[in-house]
Amino acid sequence: MNNMPNNISRIAVCDGNEAAAWGVKLSRPDVVAVYPITPQSSLVEYLSKFIADGELDAELMNVEGEHSVLSALQGACLAGARTYTATSGPGLAFMFEPYVRTPGLRLPMVASLVNRDMLSPQCVWGGQQDVMTVRDAGWIHMFCESAQEVLDTVIMAYRIAEHPEVMLPVNVNHDGNYLSYGVSRVEIPSQPVVDAFLGDKNVNWHAALDPDRPMAVDPLTGGADAEGAARFAAYRQSLCRGMQNALAVITDVHAEWECASGRAFAPLVEEYRLEDAEIALVTIGSMSGAAKDAVDAAREAGIAAGVIRIKTFRPFPVEALARAAGKVRALGVVDRAVSYGWNCGPVCQEVLGALYRTGRAIPVLSFIGGLAGADLTGAHFTRAIEATRQALATPPETLAPAPVWLNAREEGMPR
Amino acid sequence: MSRPRADMSGVPDDLCPVATVPSPMLAGDWRAMRPVVARERCVKCAICWLYCPVQCVVEKATWFDIDLAACKGCGICAQECPHRAIRMLEEAGA
Repeated sequence: MNNMPNNISRIAVCDGNEAAAWGVKLSRPDVVAVYPITPQSSLVEYLSKFIADGELDAELMNVEGEHSVLSALQGACLAGARTYTATSGPGLAFMFEPYVRTPGLRLPMVASLVNRDMLSPQCVWGGQQDVMTVRDAGWIHMFCESAQEVLDTVIMAYRIAEHPEVMLPVNVNHDGNYLSYGVSRVEIPSQPVVDAFLGDKNVNWHAALDPDRPMAVDPLTGGADAEGAARFAAYRQSLCRGMQNALAVITDVHAEWECASGRAFAPLVEEYRLEDAEIALVTIGSMSGAAKDAVDAAREAGIAAGVIRIKTFRPFPVEALARAAGKVRALGVVDRAVSYGWNCGPVCQEVLGALYRTGRAIPVLSFIGGLAGADLTGAHFTRAIEATRQALATPPETLAPAPVWLNAREEGMPR
Repeated sequence: MSRPRADMSGVPDDLCPVATVPSPMLAGDWRAMRPVVARERCVKCAICWLYCPVQCVVEKATWFDIDLAACKGCGICAQECPHRAIRMLEEAGA
């Protein structure tokens, strides 16, 4: 213990759900509302225990479903409380109506999405179809690679959400199974460090519920007349502005957290071995570790490959992504979700949009894998590297428009 | 009882949509059916007062009556009145 830096209270060996609970506990929310769902359940059980043991002084609301979870937190937030919840897959779907209202009310909540693949077929395992389905609902989305990053990002999320130039809810995404249950070494920051980092909370300076000064929240707005239309458009413009402001705020907050905690994470886009790389894999979430291992192996075999990991997905870091992509001549984008409408992965679709800003039409391949808990191994990423390398010699307009399904049926598999 | 309204000056008006001035529109302006109380049948059991969703039932000396400015004409009071003291009549013209 004597050698422990004073910004760390202890070293834990824990999974991503417990790491998230530690991040929440250290951020001292006032109200936590929960409804359990796989693979999020143990996260809220850890939080319940913190509260029951008196280690976290928060109101725990066990409500009857996710729609009520977020509705209760909207009231709590408007009354001035720092709030938290967590959900997954179908729970997120049931939360949808208050979920889309939360950014419109500019409520700076923090919620973990323990990513789970979406119905149907019925499944309870990891995948990112849940979050990708709501990617333009107005929440900020950050994706973590490790349990340590989950803990640290939950804390940073409060600073980002509550920043007066942002005032938007933040989802901290961590992959179901891989991160929710995968155990690793985690440094638990000391409470004074987090207290000083977060400072005083002020979450309802823009709209406070107060019986002595009554107001109606979310009155009918819009309509066909020009004045109503302009008012409605102004709220939308303001939300877009908050999103764009978040790019700089997220970057600043990560730099400040590095000073406070001693741990550095790329705020928007992480570049791994991109210098002198010919091709890069684009990854998001916990798959990135296996992709980096495959890139290390490829480098040893003389292949100039790298990884571009997306940490912040909303707001989409167009400039940072374009800057990273500008260093290579072909990209292989690996998704754990499907864009049914584009017949590719949703991250691939977004990367194609960002590449337009660079004015360079380079070959881009879409890989889809890791659905419904499927394993994404080094071998899958080695395949992706090889296919992307072959695409180097292919004019982009002649590339097959279909994705490569990494866990697809192979010859000889039983049906 | 009038309370001071929330002071939103200094807060950007494009963050959280809020209203601090009550809407001047009242249900009485668009109601299609009007409740009419037969005073001699009313025993002041207050069932109508309990059930009215907009709380527009007002107490008189020997009967309960309806505040027609706020009543939206839903007819729940007439449906629930155990003494059939309330009838719903069609609003005719202005």
